[in-house]
Amino acid sequence: MLLLAFALAVTILFVVLRVLGNPVFALISVGATDAEIAAAAARLGVDRPIPVQFAEYVGQLLSFDLGQSFTNRLPVGEEILRRLNVTLPLTLISFALSVLIAVPVGFFAAWKARTWYGTAFSAAAQLGGAIPVFWVGILLVSVLSLGWRLFPAGGFPRTDWEEPGAALYALTLPVLTIALVAGSDLARYVRSATLDILGQQYLRAARATGQSFGTALRRHGVRNGVVPLISILAIQLSTTFVGAVIIERVFALPGLGDMLLVGIKEQDFPSVQGVLLFSTALVLLLGFAADIAQRIIDPRLRDSLSGNRRTKALA
Amino acid sequence: MTSRRLSRLLTAAAAAAAGALVLAGCAAGTSAPGASASADPAAEIVVGSQNEPTNLDQIFGGSSGVTEVFTGNVYEGLFRITDDAEVEPLLAAETEVSDDGLVYTFTLQDATFHSGKALTADDVKYSLERFIGEDSIAARKNQLSVIDSVDVVDEQTVEVTLSQPSISFTYNLGYVWIVNSDAGDLTTTADGTGPYALADYRKGDSITLEVNADYWGEAPANGGVVYQYYADPTALNNALLTNAVDLVTSQSNPDSLAEFEAAGFQIIEGTSTTKELLAFNDRIAPFDSVEVRKAVYSAIDRQKLLDAIWDGRGELIGSMVPPSEPWYLDLADNNPYDPALSEQLLTEAGYADGFTFTLDTPDSGVHSTVAEFVKSELAKVGVTVEINIITDDEWYQKVYTDTDFQATLQGHVNDRDINFYGNPDFYWGYDNADVQTWLKESEAAATVEEQAELIKKANQQISDDAASVWLYLNPQLRIAADGVTGVPQNGLNSLFYVYDIAKA
Repeated sequence: MLLLAFALAVTILFVVLRVLGNPVFALISVGATDAEIAAAAARLGVDRPIPVQFAEYVGQLLSFDLGQSFTNRLPVGEEILRRLNVTLPLTLISFALSVLIAVPVGFFAAWKARTWYGTAFSAAAQLGGAIPVFWVGILLVSVLSLGWRLFPAGGFPRTDWEEPGAALYALTLPVLTIALVAGSDLARYVRSATLDILGQQYLRAARATGQSFGTALRRHGVRNGVVPLISILAIQLSTTFVGAVIIERVFALPGLGDMLLVGIKEQDFPSVQGVLLFSTALVLLLGFAADIAQRIIDPRLRDSLSGNRRTKALA
Repeated sequence: MTSRRLSRLLTAAAAAAAGALVLAGCAAGTSAPGASASADPAAEIVVGSQNEPTNLDQIFGGSSGVTEVFTGNVYEGLFRITDDAEVEPLLAAETEVSDDGLVYTFTLQDATFHSGKALTADDVKYSLERFIGEDSIAARKNQLSVIDSVDVVDEQTVEVTLSQPSISFTYNLGYVWIVNSDAGDLTTTADGTGPYALADYRKGDSITLEVNADYWGEAPANGGVVYQYYADPTALNNALLTNAVDLVTSQSNPDSLAEFEAAGFQIIEGTSTTKELLAFNDRIAPFDSVEVRKAVYSAIDRQKLLDAIWDGRGELIGSMVPPSEPWYLDLADNNPYDPALSEQLLTEAGYADGFTFTLDTPDSGVHSTVAEFVKSELAKVGVTVEINIITDDEWYQKVYTDTDFQATLQGHVNDRDINFYGNPDFYWGYDNADVQTWLKESEAAATVEEQAELIKKANQQISDDAASVWLYLNPQLRIAADGVTGVPQNGLNSLFYVYDIAKA
């Protein structure tokens, strides 16, 4: 199933790119003759029929070779790994921070749902999720960087992670931007999952047996509430990863998103294919991992292919 | 003594000590000479730019970004083009030209490549042949197609034979890199003779140049240069404001200039060779008629456009030739802004009721803004413009290769590109036999004066014919932090020599 989805992605991407664009024009300039344009096309191999190019590409993929960039012949796989130095920490730290924000906020909003401050929290979460992420980024740059000179306006140190302090310092504002928006979004899901649990009979039953609210929640509530949340978290992680594209442009970070955007502008098919296939694989794997995690946590899901716990009666 | 008295004594002592330190600091501050005024020869200059090269090799389509970083800095040519567009010898220490102008004999400078190998005539032969070879898609390849053969006379002497005389030959050589013949693939590495060597290449981020300790010429005024690339112009401006970069090579938005001036930055304004053109397809109606073209030309208030886009900077030009070139003529008023004249010309041409045409507009830069302006100006004389926004890629296919267009907007960055009007197959299809003859003969001229005279005739003709509408000449705006000196002022086709830049 996974392989089929992946194969479909590869094919569609390959064909669409070649039909819509021409990488030669990124290399030539005004003054180039027809002969030069033809020579450039021949060197890139894009003048061959599409099935031939596709066969070669699939062959490369099967040996885990993502090919070379059309514009500078750097191996795409290595370039992706290099860019991950920036994008992976950015994604993971933002994600962790967004969960740290979302869980208390969402829980609190649900727990105190009928009070004015609980509603305020809920409203704040709604607002946070509605604001475009690049606007938050620009705002943070404007106030914290240009205004108060607390953080750099962008860029990633050339010394990479050899100086972790400098790298983390450069990632502070981008992480904050993503975490604020993604966290608000996630908080709404946490709130609705919590409301769901709080209203359940089994919690009341647990309280009736003498457990405190906290213990009942911990032993029974969390495990039930977390199952749908895991799907959301997996999607959120993939979205954060791919959505880092805009953030990387605002903060001039040389990550995977930047590689994608520049690749599109330069019609560098191997780079664009490499990044998108990587993201596709990541999303598929995360979804798969989420499915497995759900089945571990909720035994009722283990017997069916796609569990819907409401259809299965408790034994 | 009591503890209270002791503590009071200690506090007083501490205060006195602190006071003494402060005074000493003040004294030291005032007595030290103005150390910040002199430049630091070991300082690393960080240059901010939006013009990242697609790769590091000029023959493989590295784009103008590669000239900005490498030409003159990492790689040198036989000649150098100065900031004033003059040609100076560089690696060609001595030049001899035969009487018929066909054989150039160059005696080479004593120089070594960054890898340690000495520069020989073999490297020059390799470099020139590489530039004009089959695999090359270098931007200026055609201008060197006059080269017939390159021969090695001895280790330090090269002989180049041309198929016809070419007075611009030494100028064109100023753009050709002399590379190490043993170097191999140069798309991600570099090996030249220049004052800097390539230290680090991070695609999408930066290119770092370190000083070449064995350089044959004068040492640079700084300790190394980093080109930091930004895709977003706002991010670039923010970087300059927060001192993440020392200077910006090209400011494309005049609105932010006031902010920089207020913050104490230097605005360096020079001339560029980037011309904004409204190019007609001179082959097809209605633009095959000179009156129609002149009518469109006179309907557009170019000064107003320039003021709107560049806020009083930049210049108006009347033809393809900017003031920096030896054959410049002030033709800005040759087709003046005169809507009444425009309407009269349209009537004479048989379009008293006006006409409609499609303007293919690339979606990059300011072209869409210019298109809107052109549309509103032409509406006043009864000409309807349909704006068709296309990508740069589509432009290359539809307009440049297939010439399937009526009119288009484009920025032309090359210097000395009036030659495009001597090629009837060029995308705008201007076909005037006189212009072609003059331009061809100018290359065979015996002196630069003769060359200039002939090209001036062509210059006048294309303006009289309104072959295109030359809307304006972009200024070259560079912004540098206070204390940064030696920044090249003019922008000749992206040349940017960094060896004179110094900062305190």
